[in-house]
Amino acid sequence: METLYLAIPLASLLGAIIAGFFGGQIGRKGAHTVTILGVGTSFVLSLVALNHHVFAGGETYNETVYTWMVVEGLRFEVGFLIDRLTVMMMSVVTGVSLAVHVYTIGYMADDEHNWPKDSKAGKNSYQRFFSYISLFTFSMLMLVMANNFLQLFFGWEAVGLVSYLLIGFWTVRPTAVYANMKAFLVNRVGDFGFILGIAAIVMYTGSLDYQEVFLQGEALSTQTMSIFMNTEWSVVSVICILLFVGAMGKSAQVPLHVWLPDSMEGPTPISALIHAATMVTAGIFMVTRMSPLFEFSDAALSFVMVIGAITAFSMGLIGIVQNDIKRVVAYSTLSQLGYMTVALGASAYSAAVYHLMTHAFFKALLFLAAGSVIIAMHHEQDMRKMGGLKKYMPITYWTSLIGSLALIGFPGFSGFFSKDSIIEAVHNSTIPGHSIAYAAVLGGVFITAFYSFRMFFMVFHGEERMDKHTKEHLHETSWVVTGPLIALAIPSVMIGAMTISSMLFGDYFGTAVFVRESHDALAKVGENFHGVWGFVEHGVFSWPFLLAMAGVLTAWIMYIKQPGMAAAMVNKYSLIRFFHKVLENKYYADDFNDAAFGGGSRGLGKRLWKYGDIAFIDGLLVNGSAKFVGWFSGITRKIQTGLLYHYAFAMIIGVLLLMTFFVIFGNN
Amino acid sequence: MTLEALNYATAWPEIFLLCMACVVLMVDVFIAEKNRNVSYLLAQLSLLGTFALVMVGQTDERVLSFNDMFVQDPMSDVLKQFILGITFAVFVYSRDYLKDRNIFKGEYYVLGLFAVSGMMLMVSANNLLMLYLGLELLSLCLYTMVAFHRDNGNASEAAMKYFVLGAIASGMLLYGMSILYGLSGSLVLSDIAHEVANAGDNKIGMVFALVFILVALAFKLGAVPFHMWVPDVYQGSPTAVTVFIGTAPKLAGFAMIMRLLVEGMGALQTDWQQMLIILAVLSMAIGNIIAISQSNIKRMLAYSTISHVGFILLGILAGTAAGYSSAMFYTISYAIMSLGGFGIIMLMARSGFEADQLDDFRGLNQRSPWFAFLMMILMLSMAGVPPTVGFWAKLAVLSAVVEIDMTWLAVVAVFFSIIGIFYYLRIIKLMYFDDAVDETPLSCGRDMQITLSTNGLLILGLGLYPAGLMSLCLSVFN
Repeated sequence: METLYLAIPLASLLGAIIAGFFGGQIGRKGAHTVTILGVGTSFVLSLVALNHHVFAGGETYNETVYTWMVVEGLRFEVGFLIDRLTVMMMSVVTGVSLAVHVYTIGYMADDEHNWPKDSKAGKNSYQRFFSYISLFTFSMLMLVMANNFLQLFFGWEAVGLVSYLLIGFWTVRPTAVYANMKAFLVNRVGDFGFILGIAAIVMYTGSLDYQEVFLQGEALSTQTMSIFMNTEWSVVSVICILLFVGAMGKSAQVPLHVWLPDSMEGPTPISALIHAATMVTAGIFMVTRMSPLFEFSDAALSFVMVIGAITAFSMGLIGIVQNDIKRVVAYSTLSQLGYMTVALGASAYSAAVYHLMTHAFFKALLFLAAGSVIIAMHHEQDMRKMGGLKKYMPITYWTSLIGSLALIGFPGFSGFFSKDSIIEAVHNSTIPGHSIAYAAVLGGVFITAFYSFRMFFMVFHGEERMDKHTKEHLHETSWVVTGPLIALAIPSVMIGAMTISSMLFGDYFGTAVFVRESHDALAKVGENFHGVWGFVEHGVFSWPFLLAMAGVLTAWIMYIKQPGMAAAMVNKYSLIRFFHKVLENKYYADDFNDAAFGGGSRGLGKRLWKYGDIAFIDGLLVNGSAKFVGWFSGITRKIQTGLLYHYAFAMIIGVLLLMTFFVIFGNN
Repeated sequence: MTLEALNYATAWPEIFLLCMACVVLMVDVFIAEKNRNVSYLLAQLSLLGTFALVMVGQTDERVLSFNDMFVQDPMSDVLKQFILGITFAVFVYSRDYLKDRNIFKGEYYVLGLFAVSGMMLMVSANNLLMLYLGLELLSLCLYTMVAFHRDNGNASEAAMKYFVLGAIASGMLLYGMSILYGLSGSLVLSDIAHEVANAGDNKIGMVFALVFILVALAFKLGAVPFHMWVPDVYQGSPTAVTVFIGTAPKLAGFAMIMRLLVEGMGALQTDWQQMLIILAVLSMAIGNIIAISQSNIKRMLAYSTISHVGFILLGILAGTAAGYSSAMFYTISYAIMSLGGFGIIMLMARSGFEADQLDDFRGLNQRSPWFAFLMMILMLSMAGVPPTVGFWAKLAVLSAVVEIDMTWLAVVAVFFSIIGIFYYLRIIKLMYFDDAVDETPLSCGRDMQITLSTNGLLILGLGLYPAGLMSLCLSVFN
């Protein structure tokens, strides 16, 4: 099996290398063929591995493939930990990635229009794009397959790098460059916490290996460390919170969420693959993997839950006021990531990963559908200029409907199972903060339904608001675009019902996920679980469903029945106007960051430059010493008068001094 | 006493060179002005012949002759070879320079050959008198050579200063030697060493003698505060003479220090070590700092010499075999660098134009990229930048100093070297980044081209493969 596991990431890497370094030689067709072959191989082999572990009952594989170095007993290795959690992630990542690869052929077909004529970066940009997404697949696979923290960190940074490269893919757009810089900087904050967490793990356990560290999880919970002066902190809490800070950056949790909406500046396939389906869920995956540590810290779990709840609720609210189609989906992603995080906090790791999986499919579907609309609209993303697209783009319409229904958790669709179980788990949780979280996720259901269908109605129904030229050219997109839509629509409907019994309430994850009995909220939900149909029946008569329906209805009234109503309400009521303004400005988080952190660090940098660099180093140390030496040199050269008797005098003085030192004083 | 007892075979090179010097003197009187090249060629042949004799007579052991007046040992062989080789190059470089100024006379070569004889005697001296005679033979020739360009006021002034100050220094040397003779009762260095080691109550007298001898040595090498003559003489002399003063005699000076301090007064090491520390630090400081404010490149190189002498003294004061060999390595490589530096100046000079201002180097790269490149190597080497030999020289000296637990001294040396880098880099900047005022390309004879290129590439070659010269220097002191 080892060869198989090695081949999975390496197949993608090989594709990336060929397309990246030899893109010019092999041309467009060669590039997308080789990368799709590479990722396709990874996907098929992942399915083989999935089959091996899930259906053939394969043992958990935990081996070192390569030892890089051993420093004072600390081993730096490349190794794979393959269990059911890993194979599920591998299959989702490679599956969505494959769909996105195919879709990209259509999306990037006329990429040369995105570049100025003689731009060098625009040359072979198509091949470069394929190289990047394959490289991303490789990095993500290395991340999920890791059996040690070093490799985890490698994958973590590598996906961050590719994300950076792809957000700023169109380097000629200042907004894209701003966005990738922002993503990079915000992720720096998270990664700093992450690496501190890893450092703390090495410090207290002396190992980078998952298994060795997990064995010491319980022991760590009894130890304390002092951080500031005299305050004592539980070691495991510090480690978990630091690791979670990393997850907050990567999975865009408040307050490190600000980069994700801006990341939509990147090409849409990237938004679907990296910023919705896979990379942003790395944080969720990581916390799940670390469950043997998180389980021993109620403080960390509580922290996780509250952050997730805030994200889930507040980010959904912003989605309501967005008019850019991709941004609505982006805020929806943020909100859904919040749901997953809340589940983590409630120790319902399986529910989080389960939602991660269903979300990967329906969110990728929604993004690709949005991309399809954008292609048809000639790269227009403003929903206020759309409307009535249903009759022009039937496939996109129906697949979008499926995606939206899955997103709002309509009974029977995949999102329903995952979201409802999260809500139920939070309801049953005993972790401090669970009541706030429960309110937030419940309220979030209404909001989700409202913004989802607001978008759906604005795009596909109602009055046709696009200009005449666009309207004439409106037609369904080609098969490379609609194909992946259909391919993703199927799991969006079915995957939830198919897997709920084993993943959530069965023993699917086995030992991969560890939950202490006192935390096991999901088990309480499971007590009332009597098969898939029972779950659906129960769901129809529960609050989440009613709230979702209320959301859809509100959206219908406000955007189809009486299209002017939203604007009228904002004008009429000052309170609504105030909220609207706050939401439009995204709680002023960007402004705050720009002013406080951006402005602050720029100001600090400017001061360091002005006083530290120019005045102190350049002025005093460098030029100052040079000036001093020059001045001193100018003075001392005058000793050389050119007069013979001065020279002779200097010699005599020299003799006298040496005499005095060595003959008179030296021998006492 | 028979001739065999004198064991004169050890002195064949010196005997041959002296005879040849006389031959050149006589021949030069009888040949016509237009055949002056004959003198030049004869002088070069004498050097080559002497070099061959030194090579043939090389020995691995210490051989005494002429009643212990004369010594031949590996150190003397190596130093003589380099003295002869460097003088050969000096003669090649100066020919066109002398011709341009109508001072292409046989006297230059006769005096040069006699000076080389003096240096060789110094290198091989085992007796105070012998040492003094060698030194005076060298010095008198140099005084005359400085004044060689009689119509030049600067040269006369420089010669005068050099002569007077040199006389004072010689007086001090003689005074010190006489005290030493009085206390030890011998002029032979090995006997003196024995007496110094068992000085007892006489030690204070020995130290007294040491101070005077050391002052004279410091004067000859140009260490601060006995350096005042160096800039004036370097600047005032014709460059053909400056290059001679600035190169070969440094090797002889190094030999003199080794003979007097190490072989003769090794027992007083703690005393001369401290004196040398003072001289070395002062030399590195004053040399490097004052060099910055010079606008005349000959004067600048004079101060640079002073700072390099500080480094050479560092190696010697370490008092270990590694220290002596590093100092020797430094002296040899410095002589080669200095030779090339003045060679370039002479290459650029024409009749009526000395090329001794820093500004004359502006845009040298446009005029002659190859020679600008050679000059850059030379400057980098003087600054001690790898991969040139100057780097290894500094490294060897510094590690010798660090090994005797005088790290602070190494730090001081590095500190002043860093200050010194400035004026070497300024030359490079002028050559490469400024525009030439005078754009005529440089021209010179084939012999000069080859010698100068070899000289510059030797710096680079020794920098890339320092092991050969380094092991040669090490073997001398084992």
